[in-house]
Formats: sequence, C-alpha cells, structure tokens
Amino acid sequence: MPQLAFDTPLIFESGQTGRANRYVPEGPALDAFLPASALRDELPLPDNSELDVNRHFTRLSQKTLGIDVAFYPLGSCTMKYNPRINDAMANLPPLRDLHPFVPDELAQGALGIMWELERSLASLFGMAAFSLNPAAGAHAELTALLIAKAYFRKRGETQRQVVIVPDSAHGTNPASAAMVGYHVVSLKSDARGRVSVDLIKEAVGNDTAVCMMTNPNTLGLFEDQIKEIADAVHAAGGLMYYDGANANALMGNSRPGDMGFDLMHLNLHKTFSIPHGGGGAGAGPVGVAKHLIPFLPTPVVRCDERDDATGWESSDGKTFRLDFDRPDAIGTMRSFWSNYAHMVRALAYVYANGAEGLAMVSKLAVLNANYIRASIKDVIETPYDETCRHEFVASAQQLKRDTGVRALDIAKALLDRGYHAPTIYFPLLVPECLMIEPTETESKETLDAFITAFREIIAQAKDDPESVLAAPVNTVVGRIDETRAARQPDLRWHPAS
Amino acid sequence: MLQTIGASSLDELVRVPDAVRVRNPIVTAPHLAESEIAARFAEFAARTTGTSYASFLGAGAYRHYVPPIVGALAMRGEFLTAYTPYQPEVSQGYLQAIYEWQTYIALLTGLDVANASVYDGATALAEGAIMAVNATGRKALLVSRAVHPNYRAVLRTYADGLELDVDELPYGEDGTTDTATLAAALADQRYAAVIVQSPNFFGAIDALAPADAAAIKATGTLVIGVVAEALSLAALATPASWGVDICVGEGQSFGVAIAYGGPHVGFIATTTEHLRRIPGRLVGKSVDKDGKPAYVLTLQAREQHIRREKATSNICTNQAHCALCATIYLAAMGQTGLRDVAAHNLARSRSLAAALGAAGASARFSAPYFNEFVVRVPGRAADVLAQLQTKKILGGLDLGRFYPELADCVLVTATELTTEAEIAAFAAALKEITAHAAARV
Repeated sequence: MPQLAFDTPLIFESGQTGRANRYVPEGPALDAFLPASALRDELPLPDNSELDVNRHFTRLSQKTLGIDVAFYPLGSCTMKYNPRINDAMANLPPLRDLHPFVPDELAQGALGIMWELERSLASLFGMAAFSLNPAAGAHAELTALLIAKAYFRKRGETQRQVVIVPDSAHGTNPASAAMVGYHVVSLKSDARGRVSVDLIKEAVGNDTAVCMMTNPNTLGLFEDQIKEIADAVHAAGGLMYYDGANANALMGNSRPGDMGFDLMHLNLHKTFSIPHGGGGAGAGPVGVAKHLIPFLPTPVVRCDERDDATGWESSDGKTFRLDFDRPDAIGTMRSFWSNYAHMVRALAYVYANGAEGLAMVSKLAVLNANYIRASIKDVIETPYDETCRHEFVASAQQLKRDTGVRALDIAKALLDRGYHAPTIYFPLLVPECLMIEPTETESKETLDAFITAFREIIAQAKDDPESVLAAPVNTVVGRIDETRAARQPDLRWHPAS
Repeated sequence: MLQTIGASSLDELVRVPDAVRVRNPIVTAPHLAESEIAARFAEFAARTTGTSYASFLGAGAYRHYVPPIVGALAMRGEFLTAYTPYQPEVSQGYLQAIYEWQTYIALLTGLDVANASVYDGATALAEGAIMAVNATGRKALLVSRAVHPNYRAVLRTYADGLELDVDELPYGEDGTTDTATLAAALADQRYAAVIVQSPNFFGAIDALAPADAAAIKATGTLVIGVVAEALSLAALATPASWGVDICVGEGQSFGVAIAYGGPHVGFIATTTEHLRRIPGRLVGKSVDKDGKPAYVLTLQAREQHIRREKATSNICTNQAHCALCATIYLAAMGQTGLRDVAAHNLARSRSLAAALGAAGASARFSAPYFNEFVVRVPGRAADVLAQLQTKKILGGLDLGRFYPELADCVLVTATELTTEAEIAAFAAALKEITAHAAARV
C-alpha cells in the first residue's frame, strides 16, 4: 500500500509556548479563585498553531488505512461502507448537543429515534425487546450474562455457573463469562465445523447457565442443527445466547428469535454501517425474549401509548420517557443511556434500506463471500468446502509446508498490493487461518481485483517465497519488532527534565 | 457470480432449515431516499427542544467550546473508517495518535501510563476497581458517596457479577468525603481500594489529605481517583500528587460531543507497577525491521483475544475515535488554551454562585469547587426546576433524584460557554420563584 510517508514527529516535539490559538478569550489567573495548594504546578502540554495541528493530523490520517481508502476484507469485523448521511444526522445540533439530564419532554425526538430503532431491531431479529445501553459487543455480552445471572438468582437456581462456548467462539465470550464469575466449558467443533448436538447433550446439565453461540459461526457456516441445540439447552434449563458479530449474514432472512435464542447482542458498528473509527466507539444493543425483559438494564425507553408492540411503528404522535424504575433490572451499565449518536446513525441506516433492503444486504454479503471463496479455492485450502455465509476461512497450512509462506505473510503481501489484510489466526481451530469477509457494499470489479491479487501472491509464494516473506515493502514501515515493544514497553512520550 | 459459485439464486445462499424460518412478517422503519431521511431526522430534531434552553446542567456531561478543527480532522475518512490497528504497517498514523492520547492522559493525571480508552467514566471506574481487586486479592471496595451516582451504580452492577462487596463512605458538611470513619474501615484490611472523586459529584475539590492517603496505603489498599470533569485536570493538583494509584475518568470535555450521553471516552491511568493489569488496548513504540521507529499494539497477552477467560477484561472495541477527537482538541488548545478555558470555568461558576446567592439560593456546601456547586432552593428542587423550565431555563440537576436528603438542592454548572446574560436571567427567575414562595407562606 503506497501511503504518503511524511515524517511525523510527536505533537509534543513540535510546539512551543506562545503559539497558542485564541479559541477562547484570555482567562484570568487561576490563583484568583483557588489556593495554590489546590492547583497543579505546571501543565507540560505543547502550544501548537492550528496549521501545525492540522498538518500533523492530516499527515497521520494519510498513514492510516480505512475503508474509504481500500478494500477491507477483515473477517468477523464487517467492514462495509459507512454512508455519510448517518454522520450528518448524528451531527444535527439539537441531537448532538443534547444533555442526558434534560427532562424527557424536551427530548421527545431523541427518544423517538431510540424507540423506532429498538422496535426495528426487535422485529428484525425476532426478540421481544432490546436494551440500547451497552457500548460495544463485549459490553453487551457482559450485560446479557448479568441478565442471565439475575434471572437464575430470581428462580433460585444459583448453581447454574457454567457457560458453554464452542471452540470457534470469539475471545470476548469466555472473557465476558469470567467477568460474571461463570466457568467456561469449551466445546470442540465437529468435522463439519459445527457444534454437535450429541456433544451439547453431554455438556448440558443442572449447572448450565448459558450456551453462547454465533450463527453463522466464525467459520462462516450456518449451524443447521441450531433448533436441536437450543432444545437441548432449554431442556436442561439453560439459556441460549446469540453473539451478533455475524448478524450481517442473516439479517432479514432468518432470526435468532426463531432459532430459540433467549438473549442476543448486535454490533451496530458492524451490521448497521456505523464507522469503526479505528477501534470504536461501537454500540452493542442486547435483545431478549419476553421472560427476560424485566432484567434489562436501566434506563429503557418506554412509550406509554404502546407497550406491547411487536414490530416497528412510527413514533409520530407518541410520547416517550426513560424508565429508571425497574426493580428486577441488573442495574445500569454505563454513565449515560446509550452511545446515542450511534443510535441515530443506525436508524438512518434502517431508513435507508427498509426491511426488504436489509434482507438484500445479507444476501449480497453472502454472495460476495461465496464468489471470492469459489474464485480462490483452487489455489488455497478451504477446510470446509461448502457454501459459506458472509465470510469463510482459508488455511495456509499446506502452503506453509510447501513454501514456508504463512498466513501472516499473505496478509502482509496484501498490504503491499493496496488491500487491508483478512483476519488471520482466528478462529483458533483452523491452523494458518485467513478469515475473509468482503461485505455487500463491494462491487464485482473490486472483488475481481482482490481475487487477482490474492492469486498472484500464492503464485509468488511458490515461485519466489523470499519476496513474500519480505512483505510489506510498500508501506511506510516494514514489519515491526513486537517482542521489543512488549519487553521494553514505551507507552508515552516523556518531557525533557 | 452465482454461476461461479454454482448456486441458482440468492435465496438459495441464505436458506435455513424449515424449523427456524421466519414465522411472522418483519416490520422495520420503511425505506426512504436520502433526501427523505434528512427530512425525517429534521422532524426528530424539531421535536428535541432541550438545546434551545439556557442550560446549567453538568453532572458528568459538560458543554464546552469545540474548535471546528477537531471535527474537520477527526472526520477524515482514513480515521473514521479504519478498524482497530491490527495491521500496524498500514496504521502508523492512528497508532501514533493513540500513543499521543496515552501521553496526554499521563501528563494530565501525573501518572506513568494510560490506556487507549475505555467506554466512559463509569465503566472506567468499574475496570479500575477490577484492577485493584486483581492487584490486592481483596474482594471489597470502599467508595465515597460523593462519587457520581451513575458511576457508583455501574460499579455495583459490575461488582454484582464478580461478587464483590461495595461499601460507602459518607460525605461531610462541607461537601467533601468524610474520612472520620476511614481508619476503622481500613482496620481489617478487606478493601482493595478506596475510591474518591475530585472534583466530586457536588463539584467540590475532594483530593485526599496526605494523612488519609498515607493511612490508606499503609493498609495495602489502593487509592482510585475519579475525574468526571476532565477539564479540571488543566487547573487542579494532579491525581498523582494526592496519592492516586489508579486514575479513572471521563474525557468528554475534551472536544467530544455530549450527544445525549454518548459516545464519550473513558480513560484509565496508573503507575508502572500496575501496567500489566490495565484493561484494553495499549500502543507502544518500537522499531521496524530496518530500525525505523514504529508504533504497534502491545502487551496483548493481557487481552481477551489471547487470554480468553483469563484476560484482564473482556473489552475489545473501545472509544478510539472519541479519544482521537480529544487528542486533536488537546493539541489545538495547548496548555495556554486549556488554562484559559479552565480559568473561565472557575470565573463563570463563581459569578453564577454570587448571582444565585443574591437571589436567595445559597451554597449548600463550603468546600472550594471547580465549575459546579450545590445550592439550596426554596421548596422541592423538582418543583423549582419545573418553574424555571417554563422560563426556558434548565436550572441544573435535582439532587433529590440521587440523595433523598438533598431534595431541596440543585447541582448547577457554569462553563466558558455560559453567558453573563444567562446567569442574570437564571437569577432573576429564581428570585421571582423565591418571592412567590415567600408570599404563599
């Protein structure tokens, strides 16, 4: 990836006192208001002119790869195009500048947005209700497991302490389970890359709290026995949790609620076109079946005219309030009600597509993934050789044996050719794994160019493996010494003393 | 494309077993063209009238001036549409920006290191408390009642999951944490940390006295300092200077939109001793294979994607873009701009206190404050605020909502954006309400 490679000294190395910008009028001395003992001695931050700040961050942006710059087939992350209308709506000043403690009657439009989104999500995924509280996917998993814990406590079933996760699960699943004090039982995938009903039946029991699954799973395969799995977990008294990281594969075509899931989350920053922003902010609404509604965190948006809606309705003419008075709720998960600006973006995306459009989104996502899979499977192993959903995994294990070129090297060679790399070395059960998710927003021309690049790299690995091992060479830096970064942590700049 | 795949239709690709097919119709907000979406959201905006009121609300979300350069740079598509920088060779720019954010937070708090961000101030507190639990092996926390009620609520939610005890320290007559019972509470060494906020929820500067900090540390207990108004860091003695081991807080004041509560940006800073207990992403500086300086995500052995159930936290996605906004804001303001903003906050809040005092609403607490404080109003705070609202004034937060004993008290805030005209209008309206109340008696 050729990127503009200006040197960018740290912002702390460039400024000097006296170059301040006059954003606010000059202020009085601080010690006019507080005793010196309450004040800090010095504030060692640089003053930079706005031009220098502008150029600094513009240059940093030019050394950053986003979807706007290149195709980003990062599996499990759903790097689809982020329409700018979403941001424009979130930046409408009455919404952008609204204080979370304004009385409900002054926030009716803002609450209407939340309610319309919540109703749309409930219908799309077959859940009774959603909480918009959680800030991201992992935060949502924690929320959902706390809901499960509260539910079992209420039922007097506190012996339920085990969370079952397949070995293909995201790392957040077991980490979230640990944060509610649950024990994790990992379930081996079967030869078809799926959770086996027999193994589930052996694993469940009186101590089962929750079975956490994603469907399609992280191999991009639909768990076709999901109904039987859910029945087995339910028969043992456990709850089914749907990790929504892969919801882009089924949105509008099938629903976790119909599969027997009691709890789920969505990553709005994946499925609903919210920009990832370099690692957040995200948003992770949690959906629940009817019997779990009382446990949702506070606050929830209530419409007093319409409590039992099953699908979306217009918010026009209705009144809304934030409901904090919920005795069985697990508590609250964050400072304020939601990552609200993202609720605006997500609803704008729902309006841009409608129910039929959203169903077409997932169809095209699946089409694009299968098209790449079918177009490269003759040059790289695809361990589960069947129709995939929105993503698929390939393995460089044989290539590594033959040439010494690993998944990591293919990833770096793709960077040289102007693509972001796929997710690599995940899921853990596939050796030398490359996980490819193109999303629905890419054109056939883009996919074809990627396929050509990918095939060229495999050919190059066979002809001249050394050149692939040397990649990347077109980027602003080459491969980085990660061991040194971890052994001698340098995590900040220090002022000269 | 279907031919290449060997499928006959799109529907075939997304087919599921009959047992799990969609049973009832899916109904969502309808499809609109982009021009119609803009019109639809203009309606939502028109029904959202809160920002047209003169507002004295703060309480963890603050209205500050944001230079347009912040949005202009942060909204560049390269930043906006990037993923977490897992491929460092094509992410040097964003990684450097996060390294700069970590540096800004370390410099502002006076501590050694800071992480790449967490969700918000409240979850930062919960994660910081877990760090202390892991560092000490103790399963209880002692938190001041003057810590933001929402932060304490989130702490309790997380503590419930991990089966930790959370006890509270009272606040005293001056509005700061009452440490009279501290020695007794520390005696059996069961607390992982003592948690105080400064400025606290009442706006009062609540830095621990050196003797209290020493007493806490002497029992092997950590001090967690909470900062809900990050701007205060530009003026007040650093958390490190009053003995904080783990500083957690909310960075929204640094150029991040209030946006009805989020996304904001939480931070965690600590000493080198606790570095490996920090949750979430950390960016480190290293070199590439040719010895050229390069940035990379580091110490990932703490994180969920490596350690799974043994990770320091489950956090994955954090608030990178909000942290970027804050970094640009801090770079643009510089020390001079930040000090000026802080000075205006100190000045306007004192001007507000004088005006409200003259109008009959006197300060409830005596401790020095930063940009917000508590006043006692005639009658129930909720009633007074409702009357102010009829005059297009949001007169602050009804403290009765969180502290039953303060049902006649309002938390009011003034920032550099609060005008003298708004202050005068607030005082005049309050005077009128007070006069009415007096006439009724």
